Amino acid sequence: MIILEDVHYSYDGVYTALRGISLQVDDGERLAVIGANGAGKTTMIKHMNGLLRPQNGRVILDGQDTKFMSVAEIARKVGLVFQNPDHQLFLDSVKEEVEFGLRNLGFTESEAEQRCQGTLASLGLGGFAERSPFTLSGGERKRVALASVLSTEPRFLALDEPTIGQDAHQKNRLAQMLAEMNKRGRTVVVVTHDIEFVIENFPRTVAMAEGQIIADGSTSMVLSNDEVIERCALAPPQMTLAARALRNVFPEVGQRLTLLSELEETIMGILGGA
Amino acid sequence: MALIEFADFSFKYLGADSLALKRIKLTIDEGEYVVITGPSGCGKTTFCRAINALVPQFHRGYVAGNVYTDGKNTRENEVATFASVAGLVFQNPENQLVTLDVEKEIAFGPENLGVAPDEIRRRVEELIDLLDLEELREKHPHEMSGGEQQRVAIAATLALRPKVLVADEPTSNLDPTSAEVILEIIAHLNKRGMAVVLVEHRLDLVAKDASRIILMNKGRIVADGNPREILAMDLCEEIGVGVPKATQVYKRLKTRGVELRNVPLTGVELAELVQEATSR
Ligand SMILES: Nc1ncnc2c1ncn2[C@@H]1O[C@H](COP(=O)(O)OP(=O)(O)OP(=O)(O)O)[C@@H](O)[C@H]1O
Ligand SMILES: Nc1ncnc2c1ncn2[C@@H]1O[C@H](COP(=O)(O)OP(=O)(O)OP(=O)(O)O)[C@@H](O)[C@H]1O
Ligand SMILES: [Mg+2]
Ligand SMILES: [Mg+2]
Repeated sequence: MIILEDVHYSYDGVYTALRGISLQVDDGERLAVIGANGAGKTTMIKHMNGLLRPQNGRVILDGQDTKFMSVAEIARKVGLVFQNPDHQLFLDSVKEEVEFGLRNLGFTESEAEQRCQGTLASLGLGGFAERSPFTLSGGERKRVALASVLSTEPRFLALDEPTIGQDAHQKNRLAQMLAEMNKRGRTVVVVTHDIEFVIENFPRTVAMAEGQIIADGSTSMVLSNDEVIERCALAPPQMTLAARALRNVFPEVGQRLTLLSELEETIMGILGGA
Repeated sequence: MALIEFADFSFKYLGADSLALKRIKLTIDEGEYVVITGPSGCGKTTFCRAINALVPQFHRGYVAGNVYTDGKNTRENEVATFASVAGLVFQNPENQLVTLDVEKEIAFGPENLGVAPDEIRRRVEELIDLLDLEELREKHPHEMSGGEQQRVAIAATLALRPKVLVADEPTSNLDPTSAEVILEIIAHLNKRGMAVVLVEHRLDLVAKDASRIILMNKGRIVADGNPREILAMDLCEEIGVGVPKATQVYKRLKTRGVELRNVPLTGVELAELVQEATSR
């Protein structure tokens, strides 16, 4: 369990990026963090693995105040994937990059190799092991950064914008991997602007604005909160726009359509099942 | 004369095993709004770099064929020649930002082009206003959030007043409202004459603005045409293109025997087509 207790953080002592964040993440949860650019999402998630330390307030990991834990100790439990893979990748080959984390966590050579291969394959990077991360495309680099953390399968996964640069297939693969790890008991926290990814994969959503949490609850509840829509700079997804436009003409169309399949059924109904 | 011409152009990065671009033949004219999409690693960024000569002059490798941008061969003219013609927004904004604060960053491009100081100041103010950068004015680009960096990178490129804006996933770090605002600005500038080549995975955002969609796969162009025709193709799902949700619904209805009159790209278009079908 990760608990953030009234966490404050300022990069420059003038402007405060986090202004009293309190949040509890239970074991086995799947949680999305949303918010406008500059809301403090990255600053917040970096507190979960000790990369940033609260200037006020506390971060408690499994009952222990992280103030008394080293980054290495925290990293054994919480794996963080950075928003920008450039800040994470520094070794000469994809294989070294992925095996580095595994070795640090005490996996044997052969275990590390096996896990590395398995994870690369699952992320569509089979055949990339010997490549230099500097010669990869943007989406490929992001997946290597993901692989270096997902391969260790830590108890807590903290992923900052994991879908950036990913095509539809890669996004589905990633969602599937996260779902499987979650089934095995791993806790997944993502920061993302991809609202459809949130709706499809995360039952709980935390909404941030100007360094504070303004809503926290079931995803459908948080995403239908007007203050959240306004302050988190959300634009209604195309499915919602379609449902709204249909509702103007066909009053039988429900209020809370979000999924594609629901809209499909509704339209089949309107068109008389054809 | 076409604004951009790929004349049977192929490219392989130094040390790579396979070609990143394979025999690309196409032209892009003034005023077009071209969306490039395709799976991760298919060659979209390489295509963008070839337009402004970064490929093959900065990123070196094996080259065959030619690219002409504004009539000039990208192999025979300096990279700087293309700066005012094709403005590139990098996929990773941090790699594009080189100065110490946002004002300097926006001024940097036009300064290098020799634009008059008064005019530069005017452009800086206009873009700070347009892209809502007032609060970041004096901030160091490396001390900003990912989305803030991306907005600055876009402003810095627009400050060049390019004939063609080449934008490589320019909204990947933006919140949904900022993404919409930026895409509206780009669509507006396109209507005023700036050509656009924009790489994007989430076509929900841009299909409606595009005059043309180019689908790439494994270094090749596998489809090129009108957005509605392209997105209706099954090939899109096969290779992992992020087909707009409204278009996906259209396709699913079609497999169930319900064919709407046209291919919708947005939710509102979908609703209109459904309404039309009931009143037929
Ligand atoms: N290294 C830094 N130095 C100074 N200020 C910073 C630094 N990093 C971020 N900030 C500022 O702190 C605030 C919060 O930034 P943060 O990166 O947490 O936002 P975010 O919610 O992740 O945004 P985005 O969606 O754009 O990634 C922003 O106003 C940003 O300008
Ligand atoms: N500097 C480089 N050296 C060697 N190979 C490279 C280099 N840059 C890219 N590649 C390879 O060339 C191919 C095309 O890369 P490119 O960056 O153009 O893809 P992309 O379509 O933009 O992908 P993404 O959607 O992930 O950004 C990929 O297979 C990539 O691994
Ligand atoms: Mg961030
Ligand atoms: Mg790319």
